[in-house]
Amino acid sequence: MIAMILLIALPLVGITYQSMFREHQKPLKEVQTCTADFLTNTQKCETSVAVDFEKLKEQKGIGEFVGLKLYGGYKLFAFEAIGKEWEKRKSLSQFIGRFFNLPFYNALIFTLTYTFVATPFVILLGLIVAFSINNLTRSIRGPVIFAGLLPMIITPLIGALVLFWMIDGNGIIGSAVQFVVGDPDLSLKASTPMVWVVILIYGIWHSTPFAMIVFYAGLQTVSSDQIEAAMIDGGSRWDRMRYVVLPHLMPLIIFVTLIHLMDAFRVFEPIIGFSAEAHVKSISFLIYESLVIQEDKLWGTGSATSVVTVIMVLILLTPVLIRTWRDFRR
Amino acid sequence: MVARTPRALQLLTYGFVIVWVILSTFPFLWTLLGSFKVTSDFFGLDWMNVVTGEFTKKQTGGALTGENYQRLWVDQQFWRNALNTLIVTVSVVVISLTFGVLGGYALARSRARYAFWILIVALVFRAMPHITLISGYLYPFFELGIWGYLPTAIIVLVAINQPFTIWMMRSFFLNVPTELDESALVDGCTRIKAFWHVIMPVMWPGVVTTGLFSFLLAYNDFTVTVSLLSGENFTMVPKLNSFLGTVMYEGSRMNAVAAVVSATAPLFFLVMFFQRQLVAGLTQAAVKG
Repeated sequence: MIAMILLIALPLVGITYQSMFREHQKPLKEVQTCTADFLTNTQKCETSVAVDFEKLKEQKGIGEFVGLKLYGGYKLFAFEAIGKEWEKRKSLSQFIGRFFNLPFYNALIFTLTYTFVATPFVILLGLIVAFSINNLTRSIRGPVIFAGLLPMIITPLIGALVLFWMIDGNGIIGSAVQFVVGDPDLSLKASTPMVWVVILIYGIWHSTPFAMIVFYAGLQTVSSDQIEAAMIDGGSRWDRMRYVVLPHLMPLIIFVTLIHLMDAFRVFEPIIGFSAEAHVKSISFLIYESLVIQEDKLWGTGSATSVVTVIMVLILLTPVLIRTWRDFRR
Repeated sequence: MVARTPRALQLLTYGFVIVWVILSTFPFLWTLLGSFKVTSDFFGLDWMNVVTGEFTKKQTGGALTGENYQRLWVDQQFWRNALNTLIVTVSVVVISLTFGVLGGYALARSRARYAFWILIVALVFRAMPHITLISGYLYPFFELGIWGYLPTAIIVLVAINQPFTIWMMRSFFLNVPTELDESALVDGCTRIKAFWHVIMPVMWPGVVTTGLFSFLLAYNDFTVTVSLLSGENFTMVPKLNSFLGTVMYEGSRMNAVAAVVSATAPLFFLVMFFQRQLVAGLTQAAVKG
């Protein structure tokens, strides 16, 4: 318990604190390098700018205090850049285009699209597959469920890689798509919309098994009495589905939606697996970029982005929290 | 009363199941086959080569070759990464189960108001993207000089996993009737004795399921291990990612393919073995919410 609070709550406080500091600017100094030229017996001197390591050592801590300034920086809300674009705008649509090219807004729009487009597909597909499996004879259900679960249990990065190799222009799926569309030069990796679609499809492929298995489990608990009663009352197959089975599954549908929203919001691995960072970045990827890829770590920016992400997750969760609170009060 | 399923619907459901099974297994079978080929077959100009192995025949004589695995496990010393993965996953599972069992038991039996709040907090933490936590850890870890070592990654993974294990174990403990505790206490057991000799034996299925999920989390993790471990301490997944880096040498991509198959195999067998528990666990988690 204590460990949990220490290790999760503390970092949250930590990032809020860190987010208020800007990284040290590297102190620079002019260096003169002289080379003697023995042929002409003269000295050539060049002045270049280099990092002053002595001063670098003097810097302590994470950086200078800048308050909330980093939140407005280019990598995050980018107020300044927005202002400039607004002044330079030629038309509204051009401004909007530029606006969504800013790193944070670009990532935000992708993350939200991914979260809200994939979820309905996952639920629907999960329901269909679960119903289908439920109609199979008992003996082959086990192996089918096992095969169907594979995309979920697999390491996300590996799943993404496996698909990435297959959609290559010369790979099996890539070739098939080229054949169907009739365009031999079509590449699923090259254009931004295509990459979005591919990552969405990967997301659906990866998350459907979870929905499937939960719904399948739910179907096992539908009481046969109710079904029989509905049949005696003359309900058609569709009526039984609509008025008995679906209401029974409703809590599960909400549960899966919730879990999937949480998981989709942190989408990260597929972007690495599909080497798609040139076309899409999710919010998680932005943080990863500031903290891990960059050689001069952007502690402040990374933390500020994290704080914003945490706040967004909280907003996403508010309806659920309010509902739980009401249930508890009752 | 058994409802007769109409023929058309029957066919439709079979169709869906077959499509889904193909969708979910084919990519893996394809990669498995591809991992025994050379680069120019798997990443070549014609996907048919993966089946026929044209270049593999030219370069090695047979239609299948084990040289990718040879290069991966012997030359690249992938076994070190496999060992790291083993250490990390086993420790994470053991530690988080210990905390999870105790915490879950306490929460399931507690009627205090703070118990509810702890659960809510756990739910919120579950929703946090892992990377936001990393950004909090990274700097202090650099400063303390504990960045890059396995125990550090283990502790962080346990922390991330903890909310989930506690939720899971709590819902399993709720299924154990309180009368069982009480009768043991009446018979003169201490709380700890009652817990160990009476409650735990009933709980094993729950422990196995939760352990399985913890295992999956630790084994599949990329975010934490890639950010918190130094290159020589990498587990399998970040190592695999490093094969895809900008430095391309002959066969480096095939290393990644072989690594994908090697890392997937244990997962595959484990889930095959524990499938029943996995499904049962998900059912319970889902029904309880």
